[in-house]
Amino acid sequence: MKDVDDKFRKDTEKQVPLREELKPRKVTTPDGQEIDIDPLRDYFCDAKPKVHPKAYSKIVEDFYNWARSNSLWILGFGTGCGAIEMRPLMTPRFDAYRYGIQWRPTPRQANLLVISGYLSVKTLKRAIRAYEQMPSPKYVMGLGSCTINGGMYWDSYNTIKRLDDYLPVDMYVAGCMPRPEALLHGFMELKRVIREGKGEGANTYAENFDQYKVNQKAVIKDWDMPDYNW
Amino acid sequence: MRELLYRLKDRYHLGTPTFQRDDLTFVTVKRDELRAILTELRDVEGFTHLTFLTAVDWIEEGLFQLTYMINNREANQSLGLRVMLTREDEPGATTGDTIHDLWPTAATYQRELNEMFGINFPGSPRVDEEFILEGWTDLPPYRRDFDTLAYSQQTYRERPGRGRSDPKAHMQETLYPDYPKPREAAHAHKEEAK
Repeated sequence: MKDVDDKFRKDTEKQVPLREELKPRKVTTPDGQEIDIDPLRDYFCDAKPKVHPKAYSKIVEDFYNWARSNSLWILGFGTGCGAIEMRPLMTPRFDAYRYGIQWRPTPRQANLLVISGYLSVKTLKRAIRAYEQMPSPKYVMGLGSCTINGGMYWDSYNTIKRLDDYLPVDMYVAGCMPRPEALLHGFMELKRVIREGKGEGANTYAENFDQYKVNQKAVIKDWDMPDYNW
Repeated sequence: MRELLYRLKDRYHLGTPTFQRDDLTFVTVKRDELRAILTELRDVEGFTHLTFLTAVDWIEEGLFQLTYMINNREANQSLGLRVMLTREDEPGATTGDTIHDLWPTAATYQRELNEMFGINFPGSPRVDEEFILEGWTDLPPYRRDFDTLAYSQQTYRERPGRGRSDPKAHMQETLYPDYPKPREAAHAHKEEAK
């Protein structure tokens, strides 16, 4: 059916020839192998996540944890009103960068997902996808009372109440909303937890993967993505 | 605004108008005259902007109220036209008249009303597609017979230990435990006076 707005759009009925570089084709690799490539296909790994084993000795693992705790890179994904409290942290006044904390635009470059406030079911779906795309070891921080017990959205029809049912949470910061100082304190506590070797969220997720999927699918009614994507 | 309503009153059935503010008026119109009134107000009287289209669920009366808020930028006047529809319990059984050809933005509002109230607008573009909710299977959530608390309790697990307290009493107890409570203080004062 034609839309009223269609007069402002390009003619979508017209067949546009596919650009040369997007066509499926056979390519010879430098080492002489012939492979088929299809640039428009989605390539992803849908294998289940694996538990990351500890290092062979405690002192090495401690060293790893110390290093991890000093590089918390946050995915800039604001799910609720709490995202506004993260902005002052990027300014000279609060300056989270001095603690090795910085914000990154894509999940591939980040290892800390801050669920900043209420999470509707629709956003939960995107948050799960973002979380699963992040490289391990990765951490989740829940911000505000909405992620803890629903907060003021306790009787809402589309907002989850407990974040830890759906994603493994390493650190909660209470408040509605927590001020930037509370966030900084939360980051320091998270660092301490990681240094003590208790920041095992990604491994918890891998161990209880089936249970997490059951919980997620119970609220996301139109599950239209792979179980574990990319 | 009064003058305009007097002029319209000769040709259309208007209810008693509510003069909310100097620049805001509400009036109830009949459903089969709505399109004629809207067209006239848009093309002749300068109400060129549809601010919003929304609904109210009058469940006790068995009615849905549609409010078409239109705005005249030149005269700085807003006019809300109310239309009453018979409320059907079945989602999608209540139908309104689409006005997407008068204002294309109305199609979006009508899509939202179809999803949130279950008021269908046959002929409106993409009215049956999902608008905000994804994979919603229950009653339309803005209806008053949809129990949002019960739905939330059944769907999302609660964390135990959630309570409530009066912020003032709680903070007083936490910060100044020795300080007398307001009622006790008044009582003590009375006894002293005796």
